[in-house]
Amino acid sequence: MENILNWITRHQEMIYIVILMIFLGIEVIGHVPSVLHTPLMSGANAIHGVVIIGAIIVMGKAESDNYLALILGFFAVVLGTLNVVGGFVVTDRMLEMFKKKK
Amino acid sequence: MESQILTICYLLASVSFIIGLKMLSHPATAKRGNRTAGLGMALAIAGTIFLYADESGRHLHNFLLIGAALAIGTVTGVLAAKKVKMTAMPEMVSLFNGMGGACAALVSIVEFNHFIHTPPAAAGQSIYSPLSFLSDHGSHVVLNISKGPLMIILTGLVIGSVSFAGSIVAWGKLNGRIKDFTFRGQHVVNLFILLLIASTALYLFSHIGAGITPGVRFHPGNVDLDFNASSWVKALFYVVVGMSLFYGVLFVMPIGGADMPVVISLLNSFTGVAAACGGFLYDNKAMLTGGILVGAAGTLLTILMCKAMNRSLKNVLIGAFGSSVAPTGEAQDQHQGTYKEITVSEAALIMTYSNKVIIVPGYGLAVAQAQHACHELEKLLTEKSVEVQYAIHPVAGRMPGHMNVLLAEADVSYDKLLEMDAANDEFPTTDIVLVLGANDVVNPAAKIDRSSPIYGMPILEVESAKTVIVNKRSMKPGYAGIENQLFFQPKTSMLFGDAKTVLQQLIMVIKNL
Repeated sequence: MENILNWITRHQEMIYIVILMIFLGIEVIGHVPSVLHTPLMSGANAIHGVVIIGAIIVMGKAESDNYLALILGFFAVVLGTLNVVGGFVVTDRMLEMFKKKK
Repeated sequence: MESQILTICYLLASVSFIIGLKMLSHPATAKRGNRTAGLGMALAIAGTIFLYADESGRHLHNFLLIGAALAIGTVTGVLAAKKVKMTAMPEMVSLFNGMGGACAALVSIVEFNHFIHTPPAAAGQSIYSPLSFLSDHGSHVVLNISKGPLMIILTGLVIGSVSFAGSIVAWGKLNGRIKDFTFRGQHVVNLFILLLIASTALYLFSHIGAGITPGVRFHPGNVDLDFNASSWVKALFYVVVGMSLFYGVLFVMPIGGADMPVVISLLNSFTGVAAACGGFLYDNKAMLTGGILVGAAGTLLTILMCKAMNRSLKNVLIGAFGSSVAPTGEAQDQHQGTYKEITVSEAALIMTYSNKVIIVPGYGLAVAQAQHACHELEKLLTEKSVEVQYAIHPVAGRMPGHMNVLLAEADVSYDKLLEMDAANDEFPTTDIVLVLGANDVVNPAAKIDRSSPIYGMPILEVESAKTVIVNKRSMKPGYAGIENQLFFQPKTSMLFGDAKTVLQQLIMVIKNL
């Protein structure tokens, strides 16, 4: 029990951020017209590609003899990049239709 | 100095995610919002590569490999994203979502490996507990391991794996490679597997101390304290990985194709949470912000999508529609009636000499890839002084916005599209409604038949127009698997045929009028 309480105390700022981001996420999405549901989903998809930072750190810290970290890390960075780049490009394409014509 | 700049990079990135997401929720600012978030992401990535340093001040290395991985991902991502057809958008979103989930899972695997070889000590204590040296404990050394990181690693692993496997299945379902698969007692099995995952992970978490023994490791030039884990520790871990992947598959298997966008949105928020776990692990606020923002926003978006279909999330996840459809051979006779057919020439005639026509596009239009022919028809009728508009139901097609994307691809002007409520106001003064491959969204049963599975869903009230022409390939039911009363009403005529063929024929006839 004490361990859990200690952990919460040590990470309290992170916990505040989590709580605030939850409210913020809900607020920001509040009044979205249904025609934007899919591009928004795609944009959010690209944003969670931020997990690539973890992959970069893993690969960057791997020692030259740690093959597990190097190989898995490599794949993780490739996959993360696909998520980020693919996600933003696809979203951009979906949003083409909101250009005013004529 | 460098760590301060990196902090600012992450701060700017986090802010860009928030502002970007906000801008994405309004049509006028959506495109800029996407680019803003993209820039923030690029900043965070660049900052990490060049400025990141761990507690002992060491920077990242292996730049060549990292660069190569980034290059491969970027080139593949851009090519895939640019070449995919607009109507394949939801499956691409699912695929990229799966990649993110896999990334989180792989990071968790590497971090677990790191954890068992270099377990972190509990705060303020040494890794070796004084109890280690008491004779009762014999050869078993007691370690003060800080288990918080392990909990985060396991959480990120499970969520990332489920999201990855589920997203791949969703992708397969949307491009037709994977069929729906249900079996009796499925939900019990799913629940059982979930409990198994939770209990295995918890067991591993609580007993890890007993599974790690100290040792040493020789590096060129120095000797490190290196711990080793008993094989059961690694075995249990990989069992959790395997079961999570399996659960991801089971989770998405029973759900029908048209409900996929809802599931993809849910899996999207799962990956967000997995990213946030990474944020906790590396004490990285940008990952935490981005992750939780997407987790929360994605969850709300999922709920909003369900509301637009008037189905509860529970309903979607259980794959309700699949089980309640009567085989198409046996029609329910109480709704059978006679329907009128109309020929292409007749339809062309009445449309040309009307004042106002509203087109209701549906899934059939997408299947026939007839959006360009549809635009041709619209332009032709407009030349003949007919007012033409489109009525877009929020869930027409296979995803919210499906019809908008389809029509935009055919260069249909954005201001000719009417949202449902605006369209319903126009129908009473409309001469002809042309329904192109839409079915459930114009089914009056949703308003009057309490026993109907679509009861309560708001629909396009086309029956208040003077004449309705429905184009379908046959009398087979639509996604909801039920008869549509609209077809048997006196004001309605059926125009059978493939949407593209029929539209082209209509165009030819009208040109000669």
